[in-house]
Amino acid sequence: MSIFKKTIFSVLASLLIIGNVYASDKIKIGTEGAYPPWNSKDASGKLIGFEVELAWSLCRYMGKQCEIVEQDWDGMIPALIMRKFDAIMAGMSITAERQKAISFSQGYADEVAQLAVMKGSSLEGMDTPSGINLSLGGSDVNKALKTLTGALAGKTVCVQTATIHQNFLDSGDVGKVNVRTYKTQDEVNLDLAAGRCDAALAAAVAFTDYADKSGKPVVLVGPTFSGGAFGNGVGVGIRQDDTELLKAFNRAIDKARKNGDISRIATKWFGFDASM
Amino acid sequence: MDINLMITSIPKLLDATIITLKLLSLSLFFGLFIGLLFAILRLSKNKIINKFAYGYSYVFRGTPLLVQIFIIYFGLGQIEYFRSTFLWVVFKEPYWCAIIAFALNTGAYTSEILRSAFQTIKPGIVEAGKSLGIPNKIIFYKIQIPVAIRQSLPAYGNEIILMMKGTSLASTVTLMDLTGVAKYIISTTFKPIEVFIVAGGIYLFMTFCIHNLIKFLERKYSY
Repeated sequence: MSIFKKTIFSVLASLLIIGNVYASDKIKIGTEGAYPPWNSKDASGKLIGFEVELAWSLCRYMGKQCEIVEQDWDGMIPALIMRKFDAIMAGMSITAERQKAISFSQGYADEVAQLAVMKGSSLEGMDTPSGINLSLGGSDVNKALKTLTGALAGKTVCVQTATIHQNFLDSGDVGKVNVRTYKTQDEVNLDLAAGRCDAALAAAVAFTDYADKSGKPVVLVGPTFSGGAFGNGVGVGIRQDDTELLKAFNRAIDKARKNGDISRIATKWFGFDASM
Repeated sequence: MDINLMITSIPKLLDATIITLKLLSLSLFFGLFIGLLFAILRLSKNKIINKFAYGYSYVFRGTPLLVQIFIIYFGLGQIEYFRSTFLWVVFKEPYWCAIIAFALNTGAYTSEILRSAFQTIKPGIVEAGKSLGIPNKIIFYKIQIPVAIRQSLPAYGNEIILMMKGTSLASTVTLMDLTGVAKYIISTTFKPIEVFIVAGGIYLFMTFCIHNLIKFLERKYSY
């Protein structure tokens, strides 16, 4: 056998071995690492946050080894489908649109979305109920949406790309809004503070976390949103053909909820119990 | 492969191509003036002016375009004093931030291309002009600049193509250019391969057009 052939064979053989390692029991979980307090990174670059801690807890209940990997938000679902990892835990709400591409476990936490503005904005003091559920509908919801449509007309509202928040603004429920999309929530916060955005829409905790850490006068306005385009809570995203893993996650979430782990971790990171 | 998605995304991507072309043409327009100005400064005998022009091209050629856009867009926006000046009217808009970044970047490369073109003009051409009694100013505008532009066409054609591809970075500062819209379509369909193949095809076609335009100009102005 020539050296060339030998080299080819040994490379192929080592690839097979590596392939086997990847096919092992280890579950790879993808997260963004840029959406505090859901998931983020500490100063040393280590992944931290509600979902990182919850992931370790769920893995203990499943009795499996886990590895948490980072992935940019806008490539999260394609990366799952292309098997870069096996599950998504990245503050991803369960929506009908996403369910066309991937499956979701039962929800483990409730994400409450709200508009944020800088203190002194004309949008402060909007007369709306404190919370609306778009799935329920009704005159209260319609009235609130009408108020928002009037208030946001011609305004620039900033959101992270490929989020429920972007979907909601694109849906036309609040009329024609000038939507500006960013790669990360950090960039949304920066431009809100810089005054390029009249308002921003994201998980309410993402804004309160930013206001706390930066000291910038960011205030929440209008109703909290749920239902409709905002989906039904945050769940673990899993490939549609991976039914075994889906069941395993659902069982683990049941156990973690029963033992109070989800509430405990949620209270630690959010300051209130966002579990569901 | 979702062929249907590829077909339905074509009109949306072509719409976005208009923004890409606007960004490209405005950046090249301003960049050419910046480049010409700094090329002339580079040829100056005054050491301070010379070093200043060299410093400009050194900084903008020595740092990534993405970093330059981020500094101009996100960086300047963080300075509170800057936001209170009249400049904020321009810098508030991502569109102008992108054009300023692109123009400064392509200006730096263009200044180098034109400088080397000026320096390769044979002294005999200038001397011939002088011996005919043509004033220095006219020699510069009517002889040196046209010859330099012809000399720099191949290199400048390359720079146009690089800049065209560089405009894809506009999507990082929220602009809905070709790449921005491609990403937007992916964010709702979760199918990156199909959409990026179409977007890549459009970029390739633009390169094809620019390449042939430059080739045509080279032939037309050859001597």
